[in-house]
Amino acid sequence: MSATATSTTTANTAGAREHARSQAGTITDAMPVVPAADWPHPPADVDPTQLTWAETIPGGRYSSKVLARGTRLRLRDVTGDACAHLLLWRADAPWERLNVADTVKVPWQAYVTIGHPLLSDQGRVLATVVADDSSHHDALCGTSTLAQNTARYGAGAAHSDSPAGRELFTLAAAKNGLGVADVAPSLSFFHGVVVEEDGTLTSKGSAGLDKAVDLILHLPCIVAIVNTAHPLDPAPVFTTGPLEVLAWRAGDDLDDLLAGVDDRDPEYRRAVANSEDVHGAIAF
Amino acid sequence: MTNTLSDHTTTPAADLALVPGQIIDDAIIGERGPWSGIVAAGDVLTIVDLHGNQAVDTLFYGGHDHTVRYSAQATIAAAGNIFLTTGTVIRDQESNPLMTIVGDEVGNHDTLGGACSQESNTLRYGHHTKHQHACVENFLIGGARHGLGKRDLVGNVNFFMNVPVDADGSLGIVDGLSAPGKRLALRADVDTLVLISNCPQINNPCNGFDPTAVRVIVTRPAG
Repeated sequence: MSATATSTTTANTAGAREHARSQAGTITDAMPVVPAADWPHPPADVDPTQLTWAETIPGGRYSSKVLARGTRLRLRDVTGDACAHLLLWRADAPWERLNVADTVKVPWQAYVTIGHPLLSDQGRVLATVVADDSSHHDALCGTSTLAQNTARYGAGAAHSDSPAGRELFTLAAAKNGLGVADVAPSLSFFHGVVVEEDGTLTSKGSAGLDKAVDLILHLPCIVAIVNTAHPLDPAPVFTTGPLEVLAWRAGDDLDDLLAGVDDRDPEYRRAVANSEDVHGAIAF
Repeated sequence: MTNTLSDHTTTPAADLALVPGQIIDDAIIGERGPWSGIVAAGDVLTIVDLHGNQAVDTLFYGGHDHTVRYSAQATIAAAGNIFLTTGTVIRDQESNPLMTIVGDEVGNHDTLGGACSQESNTLRYGHHTKHQHACVENFLIGGARHGLGKRDLVGNVNFFMNVPVDADGSLGIVDGLSAPGKRLALRADVDTLVLISNCPQINNPCNGFDPTAVRVIVTRPAG
């Protein structure tokens, strides 16, 4: 610890308090910045005062946040070793959640990239992918389990060096008043998986470092993000790297998306219509 | 319908089960209907596509612990393949085995597409389909009898349904590979609650646009 720590006794209340308080202000490369407007490297085209979430999630950790309709969420794979597992629940009705089966079935497309809707189990679009320079994502395999990570890495508990995705999702869900039954099938970003003609799944790994994917939220959502190795990650050791998470108010971006909906596929148009319908019914 | 078709309905269960043994259960699931039952460890569930080209949407839960539930994602990740067929282990959300496919006269079965719902039908076919029958309704009705609710519903298996993924990622329900009398058999690795919606979907080829009855037979192999 620092010189301050070694010079302070922690044998009494005053010393313990001084020791505890002396630790504040530490800057690491894996932490939230609060307020988010203080984030040191805001995107060039984003007003920093509009940032609502700025955090770097280290490999093997998780975070969650409630985000408003019209939020733009950017996930960035800093070193090329992140894998962002995502779950969404509607913030104002958390019984409605991401449905990965509908997310691939309804748009007739298994591979998630720009334009793909993230659909709920109630026929609404919760979020749309609006930017993506990775295109290495997966909607099929979900996240890892305690048994899998224990077998592959020797440990899978949340506080181990190789935490399993379901262990971390369970914590993220619990912190939002949700239980293990709410930890539904999830999406993965920054680890591609391809289906061969005979149905075989082939891991395509990462697109490399400094790739980002942007989502726009159509409805307020509890967003849970787990940064841990994909279940088909071929690496024999756990090497998941940091994931940068930024979010900002982007009502104009949502308006632009809605204004262009007539040019989209009919399934997407109806999903947007259903989301606007529920938003119209509850907004007053 | 032909005599051959009615034969599958009236054939003695012992002659139709893919794995022989004592008959524990034998039921016809009418078109559009639900079914549920606990298959004890070691017992074998044979599903018979009586008239062909009928999607059988199926969910699995721990027989004694309903927080244990099927995971399509764990199942295909462990198998390394999106298609379910003989040898595929049906896994729960922690990747533990629930059942194993021990017989398959079709070749592959889907677990990517999930169930039809009134809500997703509005996206897929139009809002006029909102009040048509849908599998999620069957799962909610059937599940409620076992204390299961909406939170417990996850992506399911669609036996006898054909969902290819093309090289560009295009995915869709296409004409089935099944035929009248084709069968599939699942052996329970642990006591498993099986929840079936005999799919009522009438807007796509999963049922040949015409839902029909299927038959389920549970056998207990000797020894």
